[in-house]
Amino acid sequence: MPKHETPLLDELESGPWPSFVSDIKAEAASRAKNEKNVEFQIPVDVCDDLLGVLELSYKHGRTHWKHGGIVGVFGYGGGVIGRYCDQPGMFPGVAHFHTVRVNQPGGKFYNTAYLKQLCDLWEFRGSGLTNMHGSTGDIILIGTQTPQLEEIFYDLTHNMNQDLGGSGSNLRTPADCIGSARCEYACYDTQSMCYALTQEYQDELHRPAFPYKFKFKFDGCPNCCVASIARSDMSFIGLWRDEIRIDQAAVAAYVGGEIQPNGGAHAGRDWGKFDIQKEVIGLCPTECMRYEGGKLEIDNKECTHCMHCINVMPRALRIGNDRGCAILVGAKAPILDGAQMGSLLVPFISVEDPYDEVKEVIEKVWDYWMEEGKNRERLGELIKRQGFQKLLEATDIEASPLHVSEPRSNPYIFWKEEEVEGGWERDVKAYRKDHLR
Amino acid sequence: MATDEQKKLIVEALEKKTGKSKFYLKDFYTMIPDLKPRAIKNIVNEMVADGILEYWSSGSTTLIGLKGVGKQAGAEHED
Ligand code: SF4
Ligand code: SF4
Repeated sequence: MPKHETPLLDELESGPWPSFVSDIKAEAASRAKNEKNVEFQIPVDVCDDLLGVLELSYKHGRTHWKHGGIVGVFGYGGGVIGRYCDQPGMFPGVAHFHTVRVNQPGGKFYNTAYLKQLCDLWEFRGSGLTNMHGSTGDIILIGTQTPQLEEIFYDLTHNMNQDLGGSGSNLRTPADCIGSARCEYACYDTQSMCYALTQEYQDELHRPAFPYKFKFKFDGCPNCCVASIARSDMSFIGLWRDEIRIDQAAVAAYVGGEIQPNGGAHAGRDWGKFDIQKEVIGLCPTECMRYEGGKLEIDNKECTHCMHCINVMPRALRIGNDRGCAILVGAKAPILDGAQMGSLLVPFISVEDPYDEVKEVIEKVWDYWMEEGKNRERLGELIKRQGFQKLLEATDIEASPLHVSEPRSNPYIFWKEEEVEGGWERDVKAYRKDHLR
Repeated sequence: MATDEQKKLIVEALEKKTGKSKFYLKDFYTMIPDLKPRAIKNIVNEMVADGILEYWSSGSTTLIGLKGVGKQAGAEHED
């Protein structure tokens, strides 16, 4: 018999998809049984009360969580998000229900011992409910009470070698793709750079520094597995400057059907014989490929590194050898004011430990945004408000055609008077000699 | 390291404010003349560690105020 009747929530379980309601109910049942004899440090029925308050919110069409709060661990201005219920009498289990953000490991590599340790900690000191992972990338531990926070922080940092992530107006937990640990498309070591910058910017990560949130994401190639181009204020996307390496014998093997295209993905259905013309050449967005007389050619200077041909024929085509990354800025995916993709700021930068060149760009961008950004204004909104040119000036980067995404649709870059011969002034008399009124 | 004089300037500026008890970091930039935003950030964070100021967070944004002033009501515009 559940503690609270939840007819509205129950409906969410009736659809074809797995439901978070079923998950919370499962955790509620597991806590009630307590087969492992855990000495729960917060109310055993926290999950029941969570379902109860959610049901009430559905009934009222309003949230019953208060807005924000003053919680945190000593010395940190982020990582814990205070949540208080406005009906603590009805739902004492969730009177406080704070969220803890934990900095996920690089590439989200775990071993099972670590995951067990994390879950044990969270059953002991929290609700047992987690979100793996939040949209920023963190491990999210959902629901605990104020007296547990320092204890959790101690355990994470001392026994699990693990830190809190960012929240509020901080640098948010940097996130990366698995990169060269497993992926042959990686043009730089995403985990190394993500780790180095996380260490370098500890202060920005843990103590509020900015007008609003700021996210870094690291993708080893333009496939963008962590969607950096869409979801981070500063996105680092690996790419090469030279040529796609072609193995003509492997190309022939794809054409002859000896190697499955797309690494064997989409193989559950018969799509017919592989057609290199239709499936690769014809889909190259810049039409820079040619397959003639059994030979594949690429006009590399026209290639936009879209990755399509490499994804389809990974054994025949490889990323180039002269590798680095591009830096894009200003993406965001907020609820208000609409989503925005990143704009190219640095077309190519070398990425070598200790990443000094990259840090120089980052710090110039921050100085500009901290000075000029309004409260709660993301970098992308500031760029839109002031124009891309202002950012180029602040970062000492010269405008180039690469900064223009398409002719006539990019309002970012303007000439300044001192850059134009003769300035804005003209000799009207001289002009009138050739041009009648 | 923040000087006592700098800390005093911030506390005085905050005490003068009426109506609100929590502020964006940006609002602190003008409280001490001639300092870069990053230097102000460091002073503010130091004052939190000292227990003079405290953070308030909605999860997405962080506000800062004098410790113990305003409390939760301030965040909900009820004081
Ligand atoms: S973004 Fe590229 S390098 Fe990184 S995991 Fe995905 S495909 Fe591999
Ligand atoms: S990566 Fe994309 S743009 Fe470049 S050659 Fe291949 S399909 Fe064409």
